[in-house]
Amino acid sequence: MYKISLSEINLLLDKISRLQRLYLPAETEKGRGEYVLYGDGKEYAQNITNTVRSPKDFFFPQTENIAEFKIQGKSIEVKESEALEDDFAVFGVRACDVKSFDILDRVFLSEPSDPYYKSKREHCTIISRACNSWDETCFCTAFGIEPWMPEGDVTLWTDDNFMYWRDNTEKGKSLTEKLSGVLISCGNNTIEETVENIKSVFEKLPIKDINLEYWKNTDEKEIFGSAVWDEIYTGCLGCGTCTFVCPTCQCYDIRDFDTGNGVRRFRCWDSCMYSDFTKMAHGNPRKTQKERFRQRFMHKLKYFPENNGGVFSCVGCGRCLKSCPQSINIVKVSRSMGNE
Amino acid sequence: MSENLVPSVGVITDIRLDTPDVKTFRVVSKNGGKCFEHMPGQCAMLSIPGVGEAMFSVTSSPTNTEYSEFSIKKCGKFTDWLHGVEAGQEILIRGPYGNHFPVENELMHRDLLFIAGGIGLAPLHSVINYCRDKRDDYGKIDIVYGSRSMEDLVDYSEITEEWSKGKDISVYLTVDRPQDNWDGHVGFVPDFVRELEFDTDKTVLLCGPPVMIKFTLQALSDLGFDKTQVYTTMELKMKCGVGKCGRCNIGSKYVCKDGPVFRCDELDRLPDEY
Repeated sequence: MYKISLSEINLLLDKISRLQRLYLPAETEKGRGEYVLYGDGKEYAQNITNTVRSPKDFFFPQTENIAEFKIQGKSIEVKESEALEDDFAVFGVRACDVKSFDILDRVFLSEPSDPYYKSKREHCTIISRACNSWDETCFCTAFGIEPWMPEGDVTLWTDDNFMYWRDNTEKGKSLTEKLSGVLISCGNNTIEETVENIKSVFEKLPIKDINLEYWKNTDEKEIFGSAVWDEIYTGCLGCGTCTFVCPTCQCYDIRDFDTGNGVRRFRCWDSCMYSDFTKMAHGNPRKTQKERFRQRFMHKLKYFPENNGGVFSCVGCGRCLKSCPQSINIVKVSRSMGNE
Repeated sequence: MSENLVPSVGVITDIRLDTPDVKTFRVVSKNGGKCFEHMPGQCAMLSIPGVGEAMFSVTSSPTNTEYSEFSIKKCGKFTDWLHGVEAGQEILIRGPYGNHFPVENELMHRDLLFIAGGIGLAPLHSVINYCRDKRDDYGKIDIVYGSRSMEDLVDYSEITEEWSKGKDISVYLTVDRPQDNWDGHVGFVPDFVRELEFDTDKTVLLCGPPVMIKFTLQALSDLGFDKTQVYTTMELKMKCGVGKCGRCNIGSKYVCKDGPVFRCDELDRLPDEY
């Protein structure tokens, strides 16, 4: 365990950013959180809760090039897009978002693993932070996440005077060694009070007791056929906002773009909330918003756990609760379905 | 399999007009030979830059060592474009994707009943020729195939001139409506299956439009077949082919990865959304 005085955080950030690209949450002019590249007077917003966009962008960006094609008569030439291969660090990731990487890993690193995601994941050092701030929309503890003890290569805790630093992995240890002039060694017991403080706050949050037993104990076909879906989806605009801000939503599209000098093939985020997501030449198995809406929640709370040893594809970050223009969200859906 | 979603280049060396709206495309790799090895029932992504990319079952048998074939119905943007190309056209291809018919396990030494409707013959074509080429590994083969009209029967000459003359192979063709030059059976596939009263010790491979599958399953059930004896293939919108892009699921199963071949009792346990 190490520590650094809060007044010296910029020294620490400067030093990390000289070693590799460093991203951290900063406050925008509108008072929202966004991950930015450190530098140019960017300050670490250590009290910001959720960034609007989740840090899944670092491994699964909104758009990503796959290949370029050149067409001449009947011939096609293929040139694979080059991948970025340098190290980077993401600083100040909350426990929920760190857990989302584990969920994305189950998709992108399961066989056959996705080389684009894998390479970025391997090049990244994740520096998480115990939650020194929270919202009423936080419910990560429902999924067994401990916001006082987040995972990651390095974990940070802060109290009134210090930021504490503990490395958890080889990658984290290697970074610690490079920061020896900045970090001061200290005992493990220094974070006990901070941990207890966070625990006591999260115990009082209003929606943390969402009951997931219904999803665990009911057959997928039975949940799928429930009459509750007929009512609960009404109001959903199909805007897809929930899927884009969600740290665990991973659906993508593959598209071509005419560059004027060939065709670029790229992949980009897609959303199961959209009508053309499953539309084929001969029809669409999800004809109305009811089916699309049902798919999103069935995937997160039933299908994904079914394929992943009971792990839910939700981390309780609360982004969808804040961003849905119709105030529909996973907590309401879960409660209605489970008759809570 | 192309894990990185980057296709390789294949060449269309031959195009056959099978029916008014189905063409069969023969594809080889740029250096000659097949683009990849596959098993019967597996699929591949074909694409043309800027036009589209879509999943098709490989129609040719793995026992064919020279080329892969795809029988493709003209029914959308990409397939319209494909139907307009000439031999020599290069095409992008990646695969093979998905599981396959259990030709090396459950189907071995069994009497096989193939039932196809329309372009549903495409995925079965690969298995049928595979079993014909390894004839001693399988029991008696019955093939029931129906289409809207005689002109819509895919691979008609191969069926009548090769399949029906094979050892222990019986072919039963039907068309939906009577027509002048047709003296064979007239009627829908499910009714025909019912009339044919097959022994229930056969293993069934069933492909076709969803409505045909539904009624044929009912007919098979009435004849005494169990769903564990019936295999079928599913088709949903696909993009990646490796179970990650998230759109081809039926409940917790991805058609591109866990399918396209499903045993009907497995399908029965999944939500009815296909």
